[in-house]
Amino acid sequence: MENLNLLLPEIFISLSIMFLLVQGVFKKESSKLTFNLSLFVILITTIITINETFSVSRATLFNQSVVIDYMSSFMKIITLIGGFLVLVISSSYLKTFKLYNIEYPILILSSILGMMVMISSNDLIVFYMGLELQSLALYVLAAYNRDQLKSSEAGLKYFVLSALSSGLLLYGCSLVYGFSGSTNFDVISNQLNSNEYVLTFGIVFILVGLAFKISAVPFHMWAPDVYEGSPTTVTLFFTMVPKIAALTVFIRFLYVPFSNLLDQWQMIIVFLSIASMLFGAIAAIGQTNIKRLIAYSSIGHIGYTLAGLATATNEGIQSSIIYISIYVVMNLALFSCLLMLKRKNQYYEDIDDLSGLSKNHPLLSLCLLAILFSLAGIPPLAGFFAKFYIFTAVLEQSMYFLAIVGLLSTVVAAFYYLRIIKIIYFDKEKEKYDDDHSLWLKFSLTFSTILILLYFIFPSQLIDVVSRINII
Amino acid sequence: MNFPILSSLILLPTIGALFLFFTKDKDGNNLTIKYVALFTSVVNFLISIYLWISFDQSTSSFQFIEERTWIEGFINYKVGVDGISILFIILTTFITLLCIISVNNSVKNRLRDFLIAILIMESFMIGVFCALDLVVFYLFFEAGLIPMFLIIGIWGGPKRVYSAFKFFLYTLLGSVLMLVAIISIYWITGTTDVVKLYDLGIDVKYQNLLWLAFFSSFAVKTPMWPVHTWLPDAHVEAPTAGSVLLAAILLKMAGYGFIRFSLGLFPVASEVFTPLIYTLSVIAIIFTSLIALMQEDMKKLIAYSSVAHMGFVTLGIFTLQQQGIEGSIIQMISHGLVSAALFLTVGVIYDRMHSRLISTYGGLVSVIPKYSILFMLFALASLGLPGTSGFIGEFLILMGAFKDNFLVAVIASLGVILGAVYMLWLYKRVVFGKLTNEGLKKILDLNRSEYFILSCLAAPILFFGFYPDPLINTIEVSVADLINMHSTNLASK
Repeated sequence: MENLNLLLPEIFISLSIMFLLVQGVFKKESSKLTFNLSLFVILITTIITINETFSVSRATLFNQSVVIDYMSSFMKIITLIGGFLVLVISSSYLKTFKLYNIEYPILILSSILGMMVMISSNDLIVFYMGLELQSLALYVLAAYNRDQLKSSEAGLKYFVLSALSSGLLLYGCSLVYGFSGSTNFDVISNQLNSNEYVLTFGIVFILVGLAFKISAVPFHMWAPDVYEGSPTTVTLFFTMVPKIAALTVFIRFLYVPFSNLLDQWQMIIVFLSIASMLFGAIAAIGQTNIKRLIAYSSIGHIGYTLAGLATATNEGIQSSIIYISIYVVMNLALFSCLLMLKRKNQYYEDIDDLSGLSKNHPLLSLCLLAILFSLAGIPPLAGFFAKFYIFTAVLEQSMYFLAIVGLLSTVVAAFYYLRIIKIIYFDKEKEKYDDDHSLWLKFSLTFSTILILLYFIFPSQLIDVVSRINII
Repeated sequence: MNFPILSSLILLPTIGALFLFFTKDKDGNNLTIKYVALFTSVVNFLISIYLWISFDQSTSSFQFIEERTWIEGFINYKVGVDGISILFIILTTFITLLCIISVNNSVKNRLRDFLIAILIMESFMIGVFCALDLVVFYLFFEAGLIPMFLIIGIWGGPKRVYSAFKFFLYTLLGSVLMLVAIISIYWITGTTDVVKLYDLGIDVKYQNLLWLAFFSSFAVKTPMWPVHTWLPDAHVEAPTAGSVLLAAILLKMAGYGFIRFSLGLFPVASEVFTPLIYTLSVIAIIFTSLIALMQEDMKKLIAYSSVAHMGFVTLGIFTLQQQGIEGSIIQMISHGLVSAALFLTVGVIYDRMHSRLISTYGGLVSVIPKYSILFMLFALASLGLPGTSGFIGEFLILMGAFKDNFLVAVIASLGVILGAVYMLWLYKRVVFGKLTNEGLKKILDLNRSEYFILSCLAAPILFFGFYPDPLINTIEVSVADLINMHSTNLASK
């Protein structure tokens, strides 16, 4: 008999989704109730995840097609917390655009469910199922503001390109299956040690599909358009949560089924990493829309995360996970600021709209200052430590070229972060923005900014948690 | 000593800044703000003086050491001082104190934010000079960019944005390579603790590359020719207090870094690259002196003279002679005082006339005599007249240089003459001559606080010029030990 307790979070969340759907259909004007219930569901799921699985070092279920280990538990918890915070700060934004419907929380919940399945997958088919579940929910979310042309465009673009990449991924999976005779990751890992050319194609197709999901260069083209077009809260969701899941799957793929083929994929990852870091830094310079800029900056940050993965060591993986965790916090803070740029029921998202913000909103601009310097990786803020761990892991493997290119691209990236700071602090002021923000928005901004500012006092805590993750 | 005196030195300004942060910034009535900032910096200065008094001059080992685990099994927060660093700490607290007094006259808007930036800057600067762990050092070294960027960008002159960006990106670009080197050192030796690294030594085959990585950072910060171009821009656009901090302390971080890290950690590479440093230093001394001669903007002139003086410093450090290194340290302290004083004197007339162009002025001696006397003292100290602290530093450096390399010393001595030329010419054009500009007739002489600040700077310049023993006694043992360690390291490899 399988120990179903380990899957309790997934079971609970899927039952809740069905319940919420039914109650949403039958009860009129229940958006507020659905929102609150969904928050409650995520909270309960988080607690279950912490209780049931966090102490399990490694267990497999259903013929080893699902795996529960430290990494999956940790990533699920970040996913859930991320989802919770996104949902909680979305409501005022959605109300402004009259999008405060029951579908929104349910879609977020289903994509979270898909991600949790992805994170735990140890089998090609389970993985693909999770991936499609989250992607389908995300397509709809991207086009959620259907009255706006840009949002529909974003949804369609995301759908077409994502379907293409899923196709590539599936083709790669079939090649790998053909060579190993199994869809199970562990079996594949034992079977694959040949140097067949066609197998390399399989790996490349899978990596391309995954690189698309985390928007690494050169498979990033969808990101700026989709980020710009989607409603801001959905963009926030895009930049944080799916990346965590995709990264976990990336790690899982590289280090479980493909662990014997290190020399074949390492070059690919190094290339993806360098290309993303450089391109993210350079392309962001010319942007005028904050959401587009964040898209490019997230491409750059994914490059750093990949640099940690390229090392093929546990330290490298841990540093990537630390990086993505800190990145999630910084992103949350940045978007909280962005959601505060509201004046008379209109949201502003051009960089020029930040002009002279420090005169009218000194506290908000101070938060932005800390967040932007942290994103640029200037000590003593959290972003520096994220980069520091990555480069420590990279240099341990004597990958000097990767480290130097990475650090030089931080200098380039510093330029566009500085440009925003310049606009906030040195330029002429504009009209005041509204001050009546929801309590949750203020809370998430304060909380994340304090984490960023004071991370340097207790850097060991996060490392302690993450250092339990041992994949290799 | 159980009381964490160094950590309190580092933390106190930040705590003061936090206090300021929670006080209301009202226009007109900002006395509370000034007093809080002043109080913090006075207390910090007194603590640093106490540190100097209780400092044991007879040993070269690090004192007041504090060590705490910071990142488990990786980095320890470790601070401590020896004879070399203690003087810089006192210089920092002293100059910051004067900066805070001087803002009364020059900064009009957002005074509270300005003081917060300066106090936080002070924390970082003291941290740089106490850090005994490479990562902690890097952290403070880089963190200082944030407040300085804001000081230049918010309160600077018309081209402030360009200058702030140039300052930030130049320094960051230099520093990232140092980060690579620091992490590499960790993987080579297994520690980033400076004291342990002094004992362990670093394998010769890595030294050259690591030295170059550190050099890229320090050379930009010093600044050495040809990466000095950010300095004139930053100086000219920064507000007076910003220029003072920049010239008096920020540049010294690099000189300090050369002594502490380049010499201490990479003795073989330092020997290898001495010709490079000599060449760049000599070019800096001669070339930037000539550039300084042609400047029409006073602040720019002083900025270029800083480059030339820092050329002497790097030259002195890499002579690897007792006199040379001691001279460099004294030259850095003296330049800290003199350049701060010169920027403040320029600031005084800039506040009245809102022009930094030399051609605006002329004949000041007949309207503001007190000012002219003090200005003369600082100009003479800058060119190294015997009896001022500038002389001691330059003399010792040249003595060390003559021992090591005759040709370089001769060329560098020419720089001393050029230094006299541009300083005296500047003084002549600004202070002497006919009073042609009508606006100058109504100009006021020094007010009380300006007079106080400038005399505070003049006193140590003269005192250490006649009696440099307190400085030399403090640094002597540490420098001797550094050179000993250097030569034993060289002999063993």
